[in-house]
Amino acid sequence: MSPSALVRQALARGLDLIAICDHNSAENVAAVSRAAQRVGLAVIGGMEITSREEVHVLGLFHDENTLSAAQDVVYDNLPGENDPDAFGEQLVTDEQDKVIGQNHRLLIGATGLTLGEVVRTVHGLGGLAIASHVDRPRFSVLSQLGFIPDGLSLDGAEVCSESVPGLPEGLAVVRSSDAHRLSEIGARRTRFLVEGPTALEIGMALRGIEGRRIVA
Amino acid sequence: MNLSEIVEKLQLQVRAGESALANQVRGGYASDLMSDVIAHGRKGDLWVTLQTHQNTVAVAGLKALAGVVLVNGREPEADTLQRAKDENVPLLVSSLPAFELIGRLYSLGLSGIRT
Repeated sequence: MSPSALVRQALARGLDLIAICDHNSAENVAAVSRAAQRVGLAVIGGMEITSREEVHVLGLFHDENTLSAAQDVVYDNLPGENDPDAFGEQLVTDEQDKVIGQNHRLLIGATGLTLGEVVRTVHGLGGLAIASHVDRPRFSVLSQLGFIPDGLSLDGAEVCSESVPGLPEGLAVVRSSDAHRLSEIGARRTRFLVEGPTALEIGMALRGIEGRRIVA
Repeated sequence: MNLSEIVEKLQLQVRAGESALANQVRGGYASDLMSDVIAHGRKGDLWVTLQTHQNTVAVAGLKALAGVVLVNGREPEADTLQRAKDENVPLLVSSLPAFELIGRLYSLGLSGIRT
């Protein structure tokens, strides 16, 4: 998905805010942010981090410094090299959609970080940790670990279906597209009541504090 | 057969649940997905896995499994070990890879199918 096409599609689907969360990498966030800025679409930078147990966790960060620091931790703990024939090329592009590099790391792989370590890393950098697609039969905390372990202190759980039974009381539930293709953008979304489209505001809405909340 | 016989014959290292080694082992189950073991594990199964997360112990307790063997020489995480001790769940370690360990368990007479 090229930055400009992605941004155009998000606007066409009526989204005000998107989070860019590539697998184990944040190298394309800046380009999408710049492309989005030009047309008034808000972007939160993040990553979908794969824990050692192959649980996917969305890390959403407030700024490029903490995002970059998170990427460093992930890269330090991510073994393996990509095989483009097997997994496709991992391109880095600029906001004009020009390819400026390739990522040779095995981004589809798992880090050596446990789920707890992933969440602590995200929180240590002031980010939001949301368990990805918890009701999916693969790569979700429920598929890999059976249930959400006590004391994990997630900021939210992303679900695909309308409701997911058995989630801890009080855990914020969000829906998002997990779009891997342009056609999937906007397929699922969450409506928030917030003062502005930022990670800080989303964090407050997930906690339901100071008047910010999830609407639907 | 009981778990202590298996421990001895296959030279498994015992990390927790020493007092539960008299547990009868009724069969074997191999999986690295907790949700799968929750669905298909049976009481008295010896669970072979590389999952070191503490939910492993919780699931073993939930399903009344005979014990958990970690393969490839993987050691339990600190909270996994503590939980196994607290709940007296046998937690064993084998230096063998899963395929080999399972083959040897099978040769001892342990089956994956209940008749």
